[in-house]
Amino acid sequence: MQKQSVFTSRWLPWLLIAPQMIVVLVFFYWPAGQAVRQSFLLQDAFGLSTVFVWFENYKELLADPDYFASVMRTFVFAAAIALSSLSAALLLAVMADKPLRGISVYRTLLIWPYAVAPPVVGVLWIFMLNPSLGILSHGLRAIGIDWNPLLDGNQAALLIILASAWKQISYNFLFFLAGLQSIPKSVHEAAAIDGARPVRRFWTITFPLLTPTIFFLIVINVVYAFFDTFGIIDTMTRGGPAKATETLVYKVYSDGLLGGNLGSSAAQSVILMGIVIALTAIQFRFVERKVTY
Amino acid sequence: MVENEGLQRYVAHAILWIGIAIVAFPVYLAFVASTQDNAAIANGHMSLLPGGHFIETYYKTLFVGSSGTTREPVGTMLLNSLIMALSIALGKIAISILSAYAIVFFRFPFRMTVFWIIFITLMLPVEVRIYPTYKIAADLNLLDSYSGLALPLIASATATLLFRQFFMTVPDELLEASRIDGAGPFRFFKDTLLPLSRTNMAALFVILFIYGWNQYLWPLLITTRDDMQTIQVGIRKMIVTSDALTEWPVVMATSILAMLPPVLVVIVMQKLFVRGLVETEK
Repeated sequence: MQKQSVFTSRWLPWLLIAPQMIVVLVFFYWPAGQAVRQSFLLQDAFGLSTVFVWFENYKELLADPDYFASVMRTFVFAAAIALSSLSAALLLAVMADKPLRGISVYRTLLIWPYAVAPPVVGVLWIFMLNPSLGILSHGLRAIGIDWNPLLDGNQAALLIILASAWKQISYNFLFFLAGLQSIPKSVHEAAAIDGARPVRRFWTITFPLLTPTIFFLIVINVVYAFFDTFGIIDTMTRGGPAKATETLVYKVYSDGLLGGNLGSSAAQSVILMGIVIALTAIQFRFVERKVTY
Repeated sequence: MVENEGLQRYVAHAILWIGIAIVAFPVYLAFVASTQDNAAIANGHMSLLPGGHFIETYYKTLFVGSSGTTREPVGTMLLNSLIMALSIALGKIAISILSAYAIVFFRFPFRMTVFWIIFITLMLPVEVRIYPTYKIAADLNLLDSYSGLALPLIASATATLLFRQFFMTVPDELLEASRIDGAGPFRFFKDTLLPLSRTNMAALFVILFIYGWNQYLWPLLITTRDDMQTIQVGIRKMIVTSDALTEWPVVMATSILAMLPPVLVVIVMQKLFVRGLVETEK
């Protein structure tokens, strides 16, 4: 797409572009390039000499059972967060799409958690479910569950998933509601006249017409689970107990804090970049095509 | 439609209220805890109704700081977060609207190359290049500075794309008309394009402000001095691993204060917020 009518100037466009180009080159391409470069280098323990080692760092990483466990964990978290948050949000959005009184109040009351920062979400949830003082922990113990996410890795993982899904409900709700409202009412009415019950109408009409929204949200939720959960994990479990909540991003962070292997940490970053680029590419494909069946 | 709508409507109301309760309960609990006595909370005997320590806790949190754990009062952290969020939002809007203007309204060599160089940054959040970025910020002497907090987070294409898309819809006639009036590129930008972009800029501002305010990993790495901490980073430092030492009322008051500005923005500017969200994610 091109405009027919434009300005011509030899220097002005460059001047206008300069600020963004400088920021992007210095804070995006330079560090990204550094990460790629370092991932092919091996540094000795004192940082005195570096050797070019091709894919040695990657090979080592992929052979590392800890890394593999972290990859699997991240994908399980992403799937669990996306599934629980999307289904809760879809249910609420379908309800909010009905001609009810006070609908704008409902909408407001459901979308504000979008603005709560991940570390705050972590603090809120650990406070409710802290084994010694959490209000909900007392209840769980009263019904016979031995609740201690600080010691039990599965419980810690569940806690992270619940808290992360909780925060994402509002975002998903908003997009589902927009998706639902763009479905013409006449389609529903036609099906109702044909005698289709509401539940059947939902699965045969609404759900298929929502597929573009669903695909879009799946990608967004997976990206969210990969990156934005960092703040939640860091305030709730710090990756523990025994790495049970260490996602890929958390691993990059904590490996880097220990300061050890630069090459491995860079290789981890590069693999993460690869995953994000793949997800974005998938999203563009689906969003462009507007998947409907 | 002809079904028993009454019953359906009750069910819908009920489900929505359950949803609202689930969404609001953790925050309500935090508020209640922030108004109670630390000892009662630590014993696990906190009440579900607000207590009488509201003024005391919030005064202490904002201006004194909790005794054992944080050395800075939350007032300072709020200010740091505000400066960071505003710099990110305004900085990104400023550099993006200029480069989008150049890309859409000028012809120059390598125009598409420039566009792609910017476009690719859309995909990668700062988390994937965190340590190399940290090293560059350190080399440029940006640790513990506001520019260090804001600049790396400005480096992304969302806003540029949004302005580009919007500028494409501006009819050619407008440009021709202002040319006939003798306007050059500066006048056209200032008198025609900026006023037209006002709603877009506002919507973008709302989204970017929330984005900036809620940043966590980057400020965590780049700030070492206590007086440069943002509120999100400060909260985590208040939670001591052994529960007994954590001053929960202060932690909860800090959480409430940390979420108040962005939540208010969402509620008060809901239309702009929704618009910004939908348009930046497209």
